[in-house]
Amino acid sequence: MEIPSDLFFAKTHEWVKFTDEGTALVGLSDHAQDALGDVAFINLCDEGDSLSAGEILGDIESIKAVSDVYCPVGGTVIAVNEELLDNPERVNSDPYGSWLIELEDVEKNNELLDAGAYEKFLAEAD
Amino acid sequence: MSGLIFEKSKTGRRCSSLPDCGVDFYAVPDEFKRKTSMNLPEIAEVDLVRHYTNLSRRAYGVDNGFYPLGSCTMKYNPKINEDTAALKGFTNIHPLQDIKTIKGCLEAMDILSGYLCEITGMDAITLQPAAGAHGEFTGLSMIKAYLLDKGETQRSKLIVPDSAHGTNPASAAMADFDVINIPSTAEGMVDLAELEKAVGDDTAALMLTNPNTVGMFDKNIGKIAEIVHKAGGLLYYDGANMNAIMGITRPGDMGFDVMHINLHKTFSTPHGGGGPGSGPVACKAKLQPFLPKPVVKLDDGKYTFAEPEKSIGMVRSFYGNFLVCVRALAYIMSIGAEGIREASENAVLNANYMMEMLKGTYDVPFEGPCMHEFVLSLESLKKQTGITASDIAKGLVDKGIHPPTMYFPLIVHEALMLEPTETESRETLDSAITAFKEVYTIAFENPQALHDAPLSTPVGRPDETTAVRNPVLRFDFS
Amino acid sequence: MSYVPNTPAEREEMLLAMGKVCVEDLLVSIPQAVRLGRKLDIPAAKSEIQVMDELETMAEKNKVFKTCFRGAGAYRHFIPSVVRHLANRAEFVTAYTPYQAEMSQGVLQAIFEYQTMICEITGMDVSNAGVYDGAQAAAEAISMFKERKRLKAVVSGAVKPMTLEVIKTYCAAAGSELVIIPVKNGKTDIDALSAALDDTTACVYMEQPNFFGLVEDAEKIAGMTHSAGAKLIMGCYPTSLAVLKTPAEHGADAAVGEAQPLGLPLSFGGPYLGFMALMKADTRRLPGRIVGQTADKAGRTAYVLTLQAREQHIRREKACSSICSNEALCALTATIYCAAMGKEGLREVAEQCLAKAHYAAEQITSVKGFNFTHDGFFFNEFVTDCPVEPEALMAKLAENNMLGGLPFKEKDKNRILWCVTELNTKAEIYNLVNILKEAVK
Repeated sequence: MEIPSDLFFAKTHEWVKFTDEGTALVGLSDHAQDALGDVAFINLCDEGDSLSAGEILGDIESIKAVSDVYCPVGGTVIAVNEELLDNPERVNSDPYGSWLIELEDVEKNNELLDAGAYEKFLAEAD
Repeated sequence: MSGLIFEKSKTGRRCSSLPDCGVDFYAVPDEFKRKTSMNLPEIAEVDLVRHYTNLSRRAYGVDNGFYPLGSCTMKYNPKINEDTAALKGFTNIHPLQDIKTIKGCLEAMDILSGYLCEITGMDAITLQPAAGAHGEFTGLSMIKAYLLDKGETQRSKLIVPDSAHGTNPASAAMADFDVINIPSTAEGMVDLAELEKAVGDDTAALMLTNPNTVGMFDKNIGKIAEIVHKAGGLLYYDGANMNAIMGITRPGDMGFDVMHINLHKTFSTPHGGGGPGSGPVACKAKLQPFLPKPVVKLDDGKYTFAEPEKSIGMVRSFYGNFLVCVRALAYIMSIGAEGIREASENAVLNANYMMEMLKGTYDVPFEGPCMHEFVLSLESLKKQTGITASDIAKGLVDKGIHPPTMYFPLIVHEALMLEPTETESRETLDSAITAFKEVYTIAFENPQALHDAPLSTPVGRPDETTAVRNPVLRFDFS
Repeated sequence: MSYVPNTPAEREEMLLAMGKVCVEDLLVSIPQAVRLGRKLDIPAAKSEIQVMDELETMAEKNKVFKTCFRGAGAYRHFIPSVVRHLANRAEFVTAYTPYQAEMSQGVLQAIFEYQTMICEITGMDVSNAGVYDGAQAAAEAISMFKERKRLKAVVSGAVKPMTLEVIKTYCAAAGSELVIIPVKNGKTDIDALSAALDDTTACVYMEQPNFFGLVEDAEKIAGMTHSAGAKLIMGCYPTSLAVLKTPAEHGADAAVGEAQPLGLPLSFGGPYLGFMALMKADTRRLPGRIVGQTADKAGRTAYVLTLQAREQHIRREKACSSICSNEALCALTATIYCAAMGKEGLREVAEQCLAKAHYAAEQITSVKGFNFTHDGFFFNEFVTDCPVEPEALMAKLAENNMLGGLPFKEKDKNRILWCVTELNTKAEIYNLVNILKEAVK
């Protein structure tokens, strides 16, 4: 799958999209969903929660595993994708179109990788 | 496919009967009355018997064949144990009978307790926990109470190796400890340097099993105990792997302070499709006051119940899985001191034999003799053929063998863990070895066959994704 | 006799095949410092004849009462012969947990049937495959409903004492708050309960019937609990639910309890079986194994352990419970019992328990001094005063091969908790009452 060029990535395979409204959307990369297998259930933090970069924002259950999801940037949660919670399989079918949480008061994180750097990171890991 | 018992139900059919009541009917007052229907089956006895008999034929037990499940100790379940546990003088005793009328039960518990303390090198024991994990929770609660009693309220951390069985950290979390995972060495042992780093004055305990979950005996156990005790922490022993060491060494002598025993593993009581088990907790004298209540005491030749002075309370009602304890007692009496050691020695012998014979074919990640179980890694096979540990397991099902434990411990990728136990003959082992080698060959010659396996069972691989995404957890009567 | 098939000669051959000489060669990694170095101080092996003889002798030191009027958490009910015969089939007894679904469909289907029956009995939507016993089920249910801002458990003081003990132990281990509501006239003190409920309350646990046999005003308790935003856990006696209002009908969020009355013998307290059932929305909160129905590639119905990502082997320290081995064979036994008794049979058992208990109560309370301690509707257990020395009375009953009700003390007063089931006969009740009459003379 093509890695969308407008996204930034954490080494833990979460993507972040900085919106025009100054908020940030967070989701899982294609690599992450592939490693997870069929997603069965998503547990997310609550609206109003304050997170820092690297903090756990929730976990994803597949059939035989549970994986923590780490917040790539600091901020306050203003929205949780309720629709995705009811249809967790979308993480598998459309990872870059399925956001988990939206943050405001987003803190800068210089350790994020851009699309190209993330692609390189994946290639080296193999 | 026989269908569910509910699908065989026919209105008006009966199986059981009671004698006439003999007293007047008593009507439940309307406000307490059940109004909704209760759909239990209505079936004749012959159909009931056929239904469950046919279900039993789609189950596979130790009585059916080889069961090399690592960490489960699927040894043969002697039938004398079943007969002793079925004695009316045990099954028909109400747990709250007067103490004068239950002398036999207390004697059985006391004798078993003595034997288990001798085998484990511990000073005191409770038979109350109903399973290994239940024992873990009990032992950890005792550790917590002990430390709090000493005023050591800062000891909140429980150290667990990353190779540990899932119940270890889960039980620790139930006892409100912070779980500190420490990585194992490449040989699967406790990393002493990491352990030194992890211990401190906030250490409550280290949870360990020895031999460890890759089937190797950690010879640094003396040093490990020293490190933890010096930091003021205690040592908890997960007794799941006891079958390797009975009569040879004892957790109490290795430096452990408290442990649980799995009667349904080491002491031959049957697994029952997932239970009942029994997880007695044995401890050194310093933890004795914290044992669950009641304990059985011999006072002046008479049995009585006593309450340890600082007991953590109760972890289940009454005294434990008593009938399971009776089975374990019968087993120990049957095999005796020599038989106990023989069981462990042959468990080790059988495991090493299988490992040696499979070494040429499968990847055995760890050097040296194993204990009662060993691990194979299918990581390399997966890279070469796309065949996973799960695929090999399903291929073995088609060879009539229950697969070994899959994907445990987590520190070995694509792991298969084998524990033959001592109650298998050489020809059973040889036959299994042949089957394992055949399946390995199929992985290269016809991998699709393994992806499709099993084909010889009533059903093939179930769709687990749908089962999780759209759970159907009961029959729908509508 | 250690059940090791291989002869010493065969073992030697195996060692040779490995290039080893003796078993000690395989034990090299066990340091001498920790070796036992002596024989275990346990008697020598015995033949089956001796083992059976010794255990029979032990069993004979216990008294099996012909007549039983004692309950208090362990109940003597009729168990049809067919139950033991089916549950003792070796394939069921010697099987492991059905992780390999394809070769364990029999075990999995039986568990699915068990789950269905628990749902039918309690009226709830979903059940797990069972936990250790009724007391632990209550403790797990309390733990299950804890949330970030709701950590307080409120428990009625009218529940079985041992269940309360277990709840205390589990709450102490978890470091969580536990409030126990006092008992008033044998039931939960409603005013005290009201005062204890607030927005930090996670759940309320009550039993129906309670320890004293009384049926509580569960309707009211449910209303109060829900108004406070908390969950209601009802501990129940499964047999009674054939005729009594179910937890679901009360609007309870969880139904838990001891399933020993469903086909398990008294067993001196174990193994027993805890059941846990919830409403659909809370499915993922359930601890322990759950079996689901699905299909294989060929479209055949298949059963499988599902929702495993809740459990310890996957979640590890994030699991809500460490439970692994449960009471599977006991659950199978309960399933077969429920099928053998059937819809009508279980209802009949409950009706006979009710009828005989009320008849017995009428007769017992007609004896001077054995008054009802409490007012209120009861199922098959009730408390009376005891005007004579309880120990002496129990001894007299024992001479007549009867296990009397459970004597206990309420403050300083002697009480007896009587239990009557379908197994008690009118004649037994008559004999009991005669002995009571003699005792008060």
